[in-house]
Amino acid sequence: MSHNAYITEETIAGEDGPLAGKTVAIKDNISTEGVRTTCGSAMLEEYVPPYNATVVEQVIEAGATIPGKTNMDEFGMGTTTETSAFGPTENPAAPGHVPGGSSGGSAAVVASGDADLALGTDTGGSVRCPAAFCGVVGIKPTYGLVSRYGLIAYANSLEQIGPLAPTVEEAAELLEVIAGPDERDATTRDAREHDTDYEYAAAADGDVEDLDIAIPTELVEGAQEEVTEQFWNAIEELEQTGATYHEVSLPSLEHAVEAYYVIAMSEASSNLARFDGVRYGTSGGYDGNWNETFAKAREEGFGEEVKRRILLGTYALSAGYHDKYYKKAQDARAWVKQDFDEAFEDADVLASPTMPVTPFELGESLDDPLKMYLADANTTPVNLANLPAISVPVGDDDGLPVGLQFVGPAFGEKQIIRAASALA
Amino acid sequence: MSDSAVEPADVDHIAALARVELDEDERTLFAEQFEEILSYFETLDEVPEVEREPELTNVMRADEVRESLDREEALRNAGEKEDGHFKGPRVS
Repeated sequence: MSHNAYITEETIAGEDGPLAGKTVAIKDNISTEGVRTTCGSAMLEEYVPPYNATVVEQVIEAGATIPGKTNMDEFGMGTTTETSAFGPTENPAAPGHVPGGSSGGSAAVVASGDADLALGTDTGGSVRCPAAFCGVVGIKPTYGLVSRYGLIAYANSLEQIGPLAPTVEEAAELLEVIAGPDERDATTRDAREHDTDYEYAAAADGDVEDLDIAIPTELVEGAQEEVTEQFWNAIEELEQTGATYHEVSLPSLEHAVEAYYVIAMSEASSNLARFDGVRYGTSGGYDGNWNETFAKAREEGFGEEVKRRILLGTYALSAGYHDKYYKKAQDARAWVKQDFDEAFEDADVLASPTMPVTPFELGESLDDPLKMYLADANTTPVNLANLPAISVPVGDDDGLPVGLQFVGPAFGEKQIIRAASALA
Repeated sequence: MSDSAVEPADVDHIAALARVELDEDERTLFAEQFEEILSYFETLDEVPEVEREPELTNVMRADEVRESLDREEALRNAGEKEDGHFKGPRVS
C-alpha cells in the first residue's frame, strides 16, 4: 500500500562500503545531482540541483543505494507532513494518522520497510517527531557535527541533518557515515577536538549501568497521560538495568517554543527571499515592476504555512519590533542553553517524552497553526541549545506509537546512543 | 500591531515588505491567526535578560580560485536566460 511517502522515486546507485546492500532514502530538501529536489513545494516542483549535498556524496561513497526523495512539510515547515504541495503522507504504523513532520516521508519509508534507512532534517524536532510518531529511531546531531552543504536552508542556526532507522545501532551506523567536518560548511566542527570520536555504532551496547538520567519536569507535565504512562514504564525498565534518575526543573523551557518560532521564522523570512522565480523556482511569467512580479510568483509558488512563517518572520525583524521579539528570543535561547548546561552537571543524559501527544488524525491540526506549534514543546529546546538528541520507540497507546527522547551534552552522541540502545 | 487587533491592512503591510501577494481570504485568515500567535509570542516578555557568551569564531580560508559550477549548469534551473545571463521580468 502506498503511503505517499516519496515525492520522487528515482534510484541513485551507490559505490562500495559499509552500507553496501542498504537503501537510504533522502528527504527532499537535500540536494541530489540530476534528481529533482522540491522541498515539498510547488515553488521548486521542477528544480534539479546541479550538485550533490555532502551527505549524499557520503551515503553514495558508503555503498548505499538511494531509492528516492521523501515527502516533507513544505520547506520543513510543519509537524505533520500535511503542508506538502504533493499531498500528505500517511503513517504506516498508525493508519489514518499523520506520520509527524517535517521529515514524515523519511520516517514512513523506514517504518513500512520500503527503505532500510533514511536521512531527515531537524530544525525544531523534524527528525525526532516523525520517528516518535512512526515508531522508529531518529537522531538530531549536535549542531556542527554534520555538514549542511546542499541542504536547502530553512533556519541555518538551528538545523541539522540526521538519520532515521529501525534500531538505534543502525541509526548510529548511518550517523558515522555522515558525521565529520566539511570545508564547504564553515559551521561544522570536528568531534575529535571535543573529547570524543566517531565510533557511534559501537556505543550501542545497551550498557546503562550507573547512568544518571535527569528528567525535566516541564517536559513531562505538559504531556498527555497516554504518553507519560509509556514514558515512565521505559524509565522503570532502565532503572532495572542499572540506571538511576532524578527530576529537575528547567524554567527556561517554558519559553522555548515561542523563542524557537520567532528565531526560525525570522531566519526563514531571509532564507526564502531567494525564491523569486528568476534563478530557479516558478516565475508565473509576469512582467512589470519587479517587486510586484516577485510577489505574484511567490503567491503562486508558496503554500499557506510557508507564507504565514515568512510574514511572521518579516514582522519579528521589522523596525520597532526587533527588540520585542527577536532580541528577546535570543535571550531565551541563551537561557535555555544555561539551564541545560546546569542540568548536565548532575546527569549524563536528560530524558523526556519526544512528543507530548500521540499522532494526530489526518487533517486534525491543519486549521490551527498554534496548536501545531505547541506540539514541538519538547523538541525545540534541543535545537536552541545546539545539543544532540535521539528519539527511541517505547511502546504504543492503542496502536499509536510513543517515543522517548534522550538529550546529551554537546558532542555527547555516544551517551544518548548508549542509553537509547538499552530500549530499542 | 500586536497590542491591539491585527487588521488585514497590517497584514498587507507586512506582505508587501516580504514580497508575497495574498488573496482576500488569506488576508482575513492571517489577521485572525496573527493576533493569536503574536500574543503567544509576547510571553517572551517574561524572559529575563541573559548574559550571553557567544562561542563564535571566524572561519577563514585563502581566497583562491577553485573549481565551481560552470555557467551552463548554474543557469540550468532558470526559466528565462539570455547570452549566459539570468533574465528578469520585463520592466516596461
